[in-house]
Amino acid sequence: MATRPSRPARTLGIFWLVVAALFGVVALGGSWAPQLGLDLQGGTRITLAASTAGGEPVTPQKLDQAASIIDSRVNGSGVTEAEVTTQGSDNIIVEIPGQNRQDLVDTVKQTAQLRFRLVAAEAQGRPQPTPPSPSPTPSGTPSTGPGEKHTAKPAPSPSPRGRALSDGLVAADKPSAKPSRTPTPTATPPASPAPSAAPSAAPVKRGAPVDQPLAWMDNPGTSWLQKFEAYTCPPPGKSNAPVVDNKSQPLITCDDQGIKYLLSAAMIEGTQLTGASAGIPQKQAQWVVTLSFNSTARKTFADVTSAIANQTSQLTGQPKQFAIVLDGKPISAPRVDSPIYNGQAEISGNFTQAEAQSLANSLKYGALPLKFTAPVVTEEGPTLAADQLSAGLRAGAIGLLLVMLYCLFYYRGLGTVVIASLATAALVTYATVLLLGHAVGFTLTLPGIAGLIVAVGITADSFIVYFERIRDEIRDGRSVRLAVEAGWRRARATCLAADTVSLLAAVVLYIFAIGVVKGFAFALGVSTAIDLVVFFFFTKPLVTVLARQPFFYRGHKMSGLSAEHVGVERLAGVGPRTEGRA
Amino acid sequence: MSALSRWGHALYQGKISIDFVGRRRLWYTLSALIVLVAIGGLVFKGLNYGIEFTGGVEYRAVMAPHSADEQHVVQVRGAVVGTDVGTATAAPTVSTSGSDSILIQIEPVTNDQANQVSAAIDKVPGVEEVSRQSIGASWGADVARRALMGLIVFSVLVVLFIWAYFREWKMSVAAMVALAHDLVITVGIYALSGFEVSPATVTGVLTILGFSLYDTVVVFDKVRENTKDLARSHRTYAEAANLAVNQTLVRSINTSVVALLPVAALLYVGVVQLGSGALKDLALALFVGLAAGAYSSIFIATPLVAQLKEREPAVISGDARAIKRRQRQEAADPYAYVPASAGADPRRGGPARRVPAEEPAPARDPIPDESPEERAEPTPPRARQTGRRPAPHPVAPSAAAKRPQPSRKSRAKRKGR
Repeated sequence: MATRPSRPARTLGIFWLVVAALFGVVALGGSWAPQLGLDLQGGTRITLAASTAGGEPVTPQKLDQAASIIDSRVNGSGVTEAEVTTQGSDNIIVEIPGQNRQDLVDTVKQTAQLRFRLVAAEAQGRPQPTPPSPSPTPSGTPSTGPGEKHTAKPAPSPSPRGRALSDGLVAADKPSAKPSRTPTPTATPPASPAPSAAPSAAPVKRGAPVDQPLAWMDNPGTSWLQKFEAYTCPPPGKSNAPVVDNKSQPLITCDDQGIKYLLSAAMIEGTQLTGASAGIPQKQAQWVVTLSFNSTARKTFADVTSAIANQTSQLTGQPKQFAIVLDGKPISAPRVDSPIYNGQAEISGNFTQAEAQSLANSLKYGALPLKFTAPVVTEEGPTLAADQLSAGLRAGAIGLLLVMLYCLFYYRGLGTVVIASLATAALVTYATVLLLGHAVGFTLTLPGIAGLIVAVGITADSFIVYFERIRDEIRDGRSVRLAVEAGWRRARATCLAADTVSLLAAVVLYIFAIGVVKGFAFALGVSTAIDLVVFFFFTKPLVTVLARQPFFYRGHKMSGLSAEHVGVERLAGVGPRTEGRA
Repeated sequence: MSALSRWGHALYQGKISIDFVGRRRLWYTLSALIVLVAIGGLVFKGLNYGIEFTGGVEYRAVMAPHSADEQHVVQVRGAVVGTDVGTATAAPTVSTSGSDSILIQIEPVTNDQANQVSAAIDKVPGVEEVSRQSIGASWGADVARRALMGLIVFSVLVVLFIWAYFREWKMSVAAMVALAHDLVITVGIYALSGFEVSPATVTGVLTILGFSLYDTVVVFDKVRENTKDLARSHRTYAEAANLAVNQTLVRSINTSVVALLPVAALLYVGVVQLGSGALKDLALALFVGLAAGAYSSIFIATPLVAQLKEREPAVISGDARAIKRRQRQEAADPYAYVPASAGADPRRGGPARRVPAEEPAPARDPIPDESPEERAEPTPPRARQTGRRPAPHPVAPSAAAKRPQPSRKSRAKRKGR
């Protein structure tokens, strides 16, 4: 029993200090409006599901890495305030508030499995009524969209726009380091204007082994060449049929311009790329894309570039090229001007800034080891969102009002305790939502609001359990002041148990739910915890304090503890002590 | 309101007793019937899964005020069917939702195709804004799998929690039966009514499991309290459990009402203002489940606990003692029981031990409806009248004494009085 008379007031004081401190912290945060979820402010929400090509588990590191790359990809495409978060073990959520950006779905989920391969042959891949412009201009008007369509190889022009240069001074004067595998080092400058037709050189029956790309590119073997001959690119506008991009096998594929390529097995994986950036080097006027490789890839790259620099393919009579292949689609096929030994390469060409950055981005994202699908795309218009917000707030107001009225009606004086407690809980919840918004990026969604509303019931239930216990104790003949304490001890255990179950439900929901339902679970859990805090440190002390007021302990008619209201003949401790029965 | 209070008081004192535990066969039969109907609905009709589970694209066209009518539905349907995206839009589901929006559901399509359909809907006159949600087919299966997993994990945790809390597997079993009961009824209602099942529904169901448990915990707490001292209160276990249910009845009603009020507000706003969607799904599941939960903790869980406990040797012998004692008392004092107080008060030595099968009690024993003061109250048999001697030792506080026992208090306390 409460034998420490000063305690309830002190507890109340401390409680309010803590609440005030809470609001102080919120004030430091500066914003007084909770962050609204997409369903309340409108916007596009893309849920991405990750998987790995080989079926190995998706690790959190990979997912985080992918999320940050997607984040930069989304925010780099002109969207402000996009939120990219991971959820669960294999989901990434992209939230773009305020705008309808369905067009970003493709951008975002682009797998970007980047590989470096050697070009054995290239040819026009579509039936052409008119041959493409043979203009040898290196610019070649790439049709790079504002998004990130990776169209790097502009035209079947034999002078490819992309050229790989050695970076800086290193190795700039070693153009003729030719390994034995490239037999005819005819250093012809790229001049032949016509789009090269199918390879006409007589191939050897059985090609070089595919696991030696350098040898293979000169000698792919008849079967591969026949396959290449037979291959046609899909008509413009239709996306490539999915190409099986196996890194240890050669690849026949088309780029966006309908040029088909016969490519060797992969030499360098995108994961070996350590960086890619777009910029204008000093004393130059053109945009270039700079690549850097890790140490193993650096060596491979040095070998390869020295093997193909300024070489002409026996097979096609064209300068040797390597291709950067993104998801089975060549995004750039640079020619090598000189061997590159330091692992720093520049791809130059007549890039615009957007093209250069797009290419650099594609190269960077190539380090992504995960594959994404976008199984859920949600787009909420601003009108609907505003409607949902007002609906949520209205439901909350109605629910709160009804509960308060019911408690006031049934518990009268004690009903004011319910109202004060609910108001306090609302204040604390508001501050907590704001704080969580700052700290962990908690946004208020419609299910979240629903969770808060449902929690009103849970919170009020605690009070009811307590009040009914108090009345039970009074019926057992205790005075109001004693009943308040005795009832507390019993109600406390019950409420703890019940709230534990609620918390348990919230946690399980939070773990297993996908998508916006998580908001509901989170809100429910937070408000259940707040309920406990308010119940212990506000409601109980308040009731103790009130029980010392004559209004309550003498059982005033409106106090909710009157003899008539509780249902006993006479309150213990007021007037004659017995109940007057028999 | 004070009528409810007085009723609550009478229930608490045991002056009014509704025989929840005794008539358990009635409740069991009732519940079995409901559950059977629910399972039947589930088997023969099945659940109406929303697109979150089946995959597909749902568009919500926000219309100009009050123009979500049949005419616009037809127009929108025409626009959707008219798009050239193959079979997916051949048979769209188009319906109004509230007074100013139209819902369109089609099968899964690619993003580009979804954009086409969106543009087509947007062109229909009267459409102000198109929102959409597209869900891949495999995603739905994943959502369903996780929901099921959540349900299982939660159930296991709850069993462990109840077991740890009550330290009593019988109570755990009873609580689980009550939970399963609520679950089946809720799911059955969804099957029979054809309401759409969405992840929000699953969330609602999981939440009501928590609520249902809340009720059960409150009642079981009281049951445990009442049965702790059976030897002293001279009741059988079933009587004590029944008293517990009666004593917590007002509380159960109040907590259920208070929990239902916000949910009702959600449901009202969800249906009236938004037409359909997560809010409605959630609130509906909660509403159905809350009602079932309140019912099951009173009518199923407690009788089941009593039934299970009555098989324990200790309880059997305790019950036998209580009955014997009562018979002895009746023999000693033939006037102790006055039939006028047919209110069936087990504590006053009445014939309160119910044998549900053979007792015609329900017919001649209606619940006394009004305040106990108005009735002519028979004098309770007191120790001296029944020929028993007062206890030779200080009397421990017990509910059976019907009044507070004097105990030594500190000086400060005494002054306060």
